[in-house]
This record gives sequence, C-alpha cells and structure tokens, in this order.
Amino acid sequence: MKQIDLVIIGGGPAGLSAAKMAAESGLASLIVERNFNVGGQLVKQTHMFFGSEKQYAKTRGIDIAKILVDDVLKFPDLIEIMTDTSVVGLYKDKVVTLLQKEKYIKVKTNAIIIATGASEKVLAFENNDLPGIYGAGAVQTLMNVHGVLPGNDVVMVGSGNIGLIVSYQLIQAGVNVKCVLEAASTIGGYKVHASKLKRLGVDILTSHSIKKAIGKNYLEKIVIGKLDDKWKFIEGTEEEIEVDSLCISVGLSPLSNLLSMIGVDMKYVSTLGGLVPLIDKNHETSIKNIFVAGDVCGVEEASSAIVEGYLTGLVVAEKLGFKHPNYDELYLDFKDQLHNLRSGPFGEKLRLGLQEIMR
Amino acid sequence: MRIKEHPILKFEEKKKLSFFFDGKEVYGYEGDTVASALHALGVKVLSHSIELHRPRGFYCAIGNCSSCMMIVDGKPNVKTCVTQLLENMVVKTQVNKGDIYEAN
Repeated sequence: MKQIDLVIIGGGPAGLSAAKMAAESGLASLIVERNFNVGGQLVKQTHMFFGSEKQYAKTRGIDIAKILVDDVLKFPDLIEIMTDTSVVGLYKDKVVTLLQKEKYIKVKTNAIIIATGASEKVLAFENNDLPGIYGAGAVQTLMNVHGVLPGNDVVMVGSGNIGLIVSYQLIQAGVNVKCVLEAASTIGGYKVHASKLKRLGVDILTSHSIKKAIGKNYLEKIVIGKLDDKWKFIEGTEEEIEVDSLCISVGLSPLSNLLSMIGVDMKYVSTLGGLVPLIDKNHETSIKNIFVAGDVCGVEEASSAIVEGYLTGLVVAEKLGFKHPNYDELYLDFKDQLHNLRSGPFGEKLRLGLQEIMR
Repeated sequence: MRIKEHPILKFEEKKKLSFFFDGKEVYGYEGDTVASALHALGVKVLSHSIELHRPRGFYCAIGNCSSCMMIVDGKPNVKTCVTQLLENMVVKTQVNKGDIYEAN
C-alpha cells in the first residue's frame, strides 16, 4: 500500500491551491484527478475574473489555471499528481482506493482534503433529455477547450453570471444566441455581463421559462412561455423557437457524494447549492482530519475556491506538524480575503448559508 | 463544426487522428475527447436510456452525468466526454447496460 501524508481529491482551483500551500509548509501530498488534466473548470473560462489582485482579478480563467498548475509543478518532490484517476473507496481509517485506467491502487494517508467541486443542475421540463440540451458549462468546455461548436442557434435558460458569460462566449465563437430566458422577474447576474449581451442585441426575457423541448433524435425546437409571479406558466403566452442547442444554466450543485459516503455530517442548504458538509472555521468536517475546500462545501466563485484551498492546505499542514513559517500572517490574510469576496449585497444569501453549516 | 476564428483563443491545426465510429472510419484531432470529436462530426446521439431507449447526448462534459457512455475499444460504459481520443480507437454506440468484457 502506498503511503502519503495528505491526499487531495480534485485537481481544480481549490485542490491545486491546497497542495501548493501544504508544500510551502513542507507537507507532501497526492492530488487525485478524474479528468486527464488538472486545472478544473478554469481551463474553459476565457473571461477575466473579478475580486482582487490576490485572486488574479483581471486575469482570464484559462491563464489562472496555468498559474496554479505551474505553482504546483514547482514542488516535484512534494506534490504528486495522478490524472485519469477516480476515487472508488474512502474509509474512516484514512485509506483511499483509486482506479487508474485498469489498475486498482490503495493509499494510506493521514489527512484528506476533498475538493471535488460542483456540477451543473438540470431543469425539469418535457423532453429535457434530448441530445442538444446541455449544461451551459458543458458547452463552454466544448467550445473553449475543444474548439467545437454546439450548433448554430441556441437559447440560454438562466441569467445568472454563468448564463450571461457563456451566452457572450457563444457569440464570440460564432453561434447565434436567440435569447436568454430568466424565470425570475429580474436578471440574476452582474449588470456588466447583461449589458454586454444587450449591446449585441440579445434579449433577456425575464419572467420566462422553457415549457418543453421538441425533436425526434435531437433538439429541433423549444416552446417557451411567460410566468406569473408564482412562477406558473400563463396560458396563451407560448411561443415556439427553432434551435439546435439549448443551454441550461440554473445553478450548480456540490459534488459531495464522497462526503456522504464516508459518513460526514451533512446538511441541505439551498443557498449553497444543495447537500454540503458541516465544517468548522478551518474547513474540517465532523470526521477528524477530513477537510473540504471549494465548491463542494458551498457553490461560490473560483476566486473563493482558490483562497479556501490555500487556507485548508495551510491548516492541514500545521495539524500534521508542518507549520508554515508565516502561518499566522497567512491565516489572517486568507480569512480576510474570503471575508472580502463574500461581502456586499451579492454575497448576502451565501453568508447566511455558510452560517448554517458552521460546527 | 469546429471554430476557426476566435477573438481570444487560438485553435491551431493539430494532428489528425483516425478512429472508428460504428464501423466507419472517421477523423478527430489530438486533444479531442471522444465526445468532442463525434460532436464536431455532427454526431449528437451518444447513448440511449436503459428502459425506454431514448436518445441521449452529453450534458455535463465533466464526467459526472453519465449520459455520454459508449463502448470504447470493447469496454462498455465509458464516459466519452472525459476520454481522450486516441488513434485507431473503436467507438460504438451502446444500446444496453453493457456486456461483461475482458480487460487487455
């Protein structure tokens, strides 16, 4: 059996940052990633990030991914990366079992940081399983990573930041975005993203949603309708739109299955995206030495995931006897950065949600 | 359809890879996943639901939703959205739960 001090599950912004900070403290770790490259969902974000300089604001997500990966590669003796590898078992005595290609590998560790991120939610409507209906992030991957277009004509469902940003990126790639539908009476995302779309002539239809999809083997058209203030379709407002692609951007849900599997205390908190673990101020779950970082403990921006990763890596290293020379200073700085990222009116629901999972 | 011009990203011509889709020889490029290569060829139906055999395409593209599973090199239930395309891969549409196979 392989022995390593720390196993980090997930090689996205949170996992990479945790590994870096642990390594800076002198602690060795293994990053396990199920995709064939690390960087998580940053590798498809062509837009520039907000936040402050410390979280690489004004830098495109694709470039932030490169920075985080390069940081980790600076510690070849302390950080091992296994890609194309899935965690298939997780046990309370800190044994992790992995599947890499056809090989089954057992790892004994002292601490685990679960940084599995989140996945896109689905929306219930007739024929919502037709090919041509995608998560907005999936289309982002297809276009921005693989350079393949989803189709010619697309409608976006959801006007949160992801819906707005991906609509803009679809236009950049040469796709006709027919409209954006928003069930609420107001646009969900930042005004700056909405204005960019409006300037390009894309209508953002508030109080509208998709009623059904039509198509034999794949999507051919959709029926949309207007909603009343109780989010019920108003009869007679149906309209057909011909599309070959539909993007669903109705939020993300934490990928917390591994946490449920190992028996961590969990809670359903809708403002955090779904089922999340209870954590203490240092991101430790109800099971000793099992930590979490990033979207898996509440859906936020990648900037928060990066800082949560740094914080968790720092704390875990200290707990295992590898205290960073600037521990106190860094600890306060990371806490302060997270506080700032969550401040303001947009962070209000999130702040309330995070209070609910404190243990 | 592949993106040729993009204001931010550069998509340089990469090495062409030949593979087989349901018996026919087709092409993708280095860096593709099986799903992205098929999508570029206009193939959107990747799998079928088990009970009603409804057509399914990929939804999440991050290896989570499992609606893109196909038979790759004889192995069923392969998530094609996170499987790197390799030269001479044999990709088949899967219509059942998947048969037991022999690992190489």
